[in-house]
Amino acid sequence: MSNEKQILSADEIRRALVRIAHEIDERNGGLRDVVLVGIRSRGVPLAERIAAAIADFEGTRVPVGQLDITLYRDDLKLRGPAARVRKTDLPIDITGKTIVLVDDVLFTGRTVRAALDAIADFGRPARIQLAVLIDRGHRELPIRADFVGKNVPTSLSERVMVRLRETDGIDEVVIQRGGSND
Amino acid sequence: MTERRRHAIDLDDFSATEIEEILETTESMREVLEREIKQVPALRGKTVVNMFFEESTRTRISFELAARALSANVVAFTARGSSVEKGESLVDTVRTLQALGADIIVMRHSQSGAPYLVARHFRGAVINAGDGRHAHPTQALLDLYTMRSRFGQIRDLNVVIVGDMLHSRVARSNLWGLTRLGARVTLCGPPTLIGPAAFWTATWPTVRISYDLDPLLAKADVVMALRLQKERMQSGLLPALREYTRVYGLTAERLARLPGHAIVMHPGPMNEGIEIFPEVATSPAAVIEEQVMNGVAVRMALLYRMAG
Repeated sequence: MSNEKQILSADEIRRALVRIAHEIDERNGGLRDVVLVGIRSRGVPLAERIAAAIADFEGTRVPVGQLDITLYRDDLKLRGPAARVRKTDLPIDITGKTIVLVDDVLFTGRTVRAALDAIADFGRPARIQLAVLIDRGHRELPIRADFVGKNVPTSLSERVMVRLRETDGIDEVVIQRGGSND
Repeated sequence: MTERRRHAIDLDDFSATEIEEILETTESMREVLEREIKQVPALRGKTVVNMFFEESTRTRISFELAARALSANVVAFTARGSSVEKGESLVDTVRTLQALGADIIVMRHSQSGAPYLVARHFRGAVINAGDGRHAHPTQALLDLYTMRSRFGQIRDLNVVIVGDMLHSRVARSNLWGLTRLGARVTLCGPPTLIGPAAFWTATWPTVRISYDLDPLLAKADVVMALRLQKERMQSGLLPALREYTRVYGLTAERLARLPGHAIVMHPGPMNEGIEIFPEVATSPAAVIEEQVMNGVAVRMALLYRMAG
């Protein structure tokens, strides 16, 4: 598409995720009790990739879960027909753990707010951190990311698209004019 | 994703795609019900009124648990002790509920078609929890979900429904759902409780009719026994219960003639020793408890779809 501009290539995505993996390790003084939780849908392959990067340099496998936040959204009425609900799957008891939520784009913060509510229904983690591939600004809630692949200043009329091999057949992040992330 | 639906009165206006989407959502709702905190905020602030003009235990409780698991406010309305006893009409009752802020009415009524009347006078959503001999869509959806979770898909399943077809809303709603998803359905029972074959094939051209159960057993994937209502005997439609049981009852001998993978279903409540025997109802082939468990998740999926 002509109104599309690539802002991260496949290689840049890989490097960003490896860096985030190191930062998670450093920030928490090791990976004991760390659980990665991907927010569906694109947060899940990103969490898997961060876990794979960690396994590469630490030789340990951190647990990875997946969270569907559809039933926790505050904007159902705005979305027309009820959105598709998928399964949540957390591999272990999260109480006392360090949860790292993983998502593709941080925008208004409403998805993360919903994810925090969902997590609270599963237990009481020691702490929750947030890792995102792209932070595009325009927060509507007091939420910030602990680990960011790339900060991308955007206007509200632009749309940031993260494409991943697992879901889209290709690794890239592009910015489109017109339309916005929901 | 198909359009948001306003009312759910029968499965006749559900497309195959919409049914599949509901069954998929049901899968996610089951996961919610397996959590320690079996509640999500999806319907917070919505008011669901359970309006039951006819006795019901499992359907009423199932709807109530489903609405609560989605954090809706649930109000139970029963005809007894209400203004209905003072002669308030159904339409008046609905208008009152609307003025009180109801978003969804879940209703059961002994008159076929009563939910259509309610839907005409109510601005919110109406879900039929069983009306006369007409329809019971959520029972059919939970039956479809139960079959699908056992066999992976509904298409090409051989489903035998046994019993009192003429008076069964469960059978009628199941016929819509099963035929739409491509199952091969055979209705089986005494001629007095099935009526002429053309009565069924006019609406569901692929359905087969049989007055004899035994020849169907070897090829059945699913056998669904319907509740036999004893009052049918008084009306002369049935000669004797023992006669019915001899030809159509699900006995241990008939169970033994089913293929190993076949399942036995019953919408409940059961007349044990009449249409189904205790040793069949508790056998590994029976999925009757599973049907009840799936009922809550299916109703959550439908409530969410209509109000979420």
